[in-house]
Amino acid sequence: MSSDTTPANGLMQIRISGAGGQGIVLAGMLLGKAASLYDQKEAVFTQSYGPEARGGASCADIVVSSGTIDYPLVEAPDVLVVLFQEAYLKYRPTLTPGGILIIESDLVKPPDTETDHLALPATALADELGRRIVTNVIVLGYLIGKTDVVSMDAAKQAIETTVKPRTLDLNLRALDAGYDRAKSGA
Amino acid sequence: MTEAVTVELEARVMTGEHFMLGDHACAEAALAAGVEFFGGYPITPSTEIMERLAHRLPRVGGKFVQMEDEIASVGAIIGASVAGGRSFTATSGPGFSLMMENIGLAAMLEVPIVIANVQRAGPSTGLPTSVGQSDLLQARWGSHGDYGVVVYCPASPQECFDLTITAFNTADQYRIPVFVLMDEVTGHMTERVVIPPEDEIPRVARKRPSHPPGEGTYLPYKADADLVPPMAHCGEGYKVHMTGLTHDERGYPALNAPTHEKLVNRLVDKVRLNAEKIMLCEEIGVEDAETVVVAFGCTSRSARRAVALARARGHKAGFLRPITVWPFPETNIRRIIEAGHIKQFVVPEINLGQLRREVERLTSLPVKRINHPGGAMITPDRIVQEILS
Repeated sequence: MSSDTTPANGLMQIRISGAGGQGIVLAGMLLGKAASLYDQKEAVFTQSYGPEARGGASCADIVVSSGTIDYPLVEAPDVLVVLFQEAYLKYRPTLTPGGILIIESDLVKPPDTETDHLALPATALADELGRRIVTNVIVLGYLIGKTDVVSMDAAKQAIETTVKPRTLDLNLRALDAGYDRAKSGA
Repeated sequence: MTEAVTVELEARVMTGEHFMLGDHACAEAALAAGVEFFGGYPITPSTEIMERLAHRLPRVGGKFVQMEDEIASVGAIIGASVAGGRSFTATSGPGFSLMMENIGLAAMLEVPIVIANVQRAGPSTGLPTSVGQSDLLQARWGSHGDYGVVVYCPASPQECFDLTITAFNTADQYRIPVFVLMDEVTGHMTERVVIPPEDEIPRVARKRPSHPPGEGTYLPYKADADLVPPMAHCGEGYKVHMTGLTHDERGYPALNAPTHEKLVNRLVDKVRLNAEKIMLCEEIGVEDAETVVVAFGCTSRSARRAVALARARGHKAGFLRPITVWPFPETNIRRIIEAGHIKQFVVPEINLGQLRREVERLTSLPVKRINHPGGAMITPDRIVQEILS
């Protein structure tokens, strides 16, 4: 376990993992931007880089803290989001014991031993909104609903200043859909 | 037939708060510093600097050229700088090696240039996508002959911005090559970056000839008391001769030992005698420290955390970060040694002991090393272990 996960540091390590095209980099970027620019917190965002990011499982890592962040990398996430089976196999061992595991329940089939996790049918929820492309933002909303790592106001501002204007409404609805799902207890 | 491409002009300085990649912060700083020319060859993990400037530089009225290789890149930025504009290139270790010949030329011709080297793990092509810090000595000594350079080492995207601005000012002030020695972790991390308003960006102007061309005598390599000769630009009408051969004040070859001695001493002294003014260093808790951890770049972030953790466990640990690795902040180290509390230094670095040598030559106290040849960061826990052992 990395020394940076000591709760006294008010620091949370988050890893969003999946396959290329699932928008995990944008989700991580939005989360870091929300914390850093609109919630007066510190945040560092890094992503898988190199050959491993060109196929197979890759991840977006975010460290959020109320104080200074020294060590910038995520080694043992407190929250792990998994959107792809291969990503489950690759990153599940990195999760801090007792950490939060969020699984895309239609795309990832964990073994029966994986009893304590949160199941989110993010792709299906995105399809309900009409566009699968916002799966990542549904995940972001759900993640915020379960962890309160950033405020919804900050997340909305991050989206407003990042996505193309014509997709803004859709993205904001996706954020709400994920958040509501989390708060409804699912 | 080539079609002309027109682009809409954008603001040169992106004033405001951004959540920005370190490489992009470096590129934005080059723009904010007034860079008019970038000539470069892409290489991981510096490519995002070039990519950003390929998009942005033409949109602020500048020129961007993808060159055939790295030697040519430095040749091109030397030319652009002599033509009067601030010029810039970015690379990583393998490209930096190729640049060495023309870096010596820039030093000899006293042409201000800035090069960002986003370090990956070497030697050779090594680990292209992974972190390294093993170009530290190359940055100082890589080209043949004696010359002076200044090297800044950012440890965050904000510093990638701030120190790149400083690099351009130092290059122009002393007419020397200046390097921004980044690393893969710092270049590829995204954090808050605050870009000030355009009129708050510090700008040091080059020293220029004091009289118009044609009036009086302009000697292009006659230095003033500060050892820096005023610089005329191409096309202004001054008579200028530039050569990598040893040259006199007129710039003409003078292939003898006395001229060489005078010239090369001045090239070195420009930095050596101004080292105190140029040096930048961050210190935390060194006043009463029994262990001081000396680290630069991304490793300094692990070190700062390690020192805080060691303090929390009751060990008097201190943190010293050379922001200029060259000139090395030896004044700060000497002051700590003279204060008499210190019992040991710890030097973590992602190479096999380059910074450690700089500390060792200043002290007879134990200097513990934590080395890794590249590919991974050194963790805070590893450093704590060494502080406490």
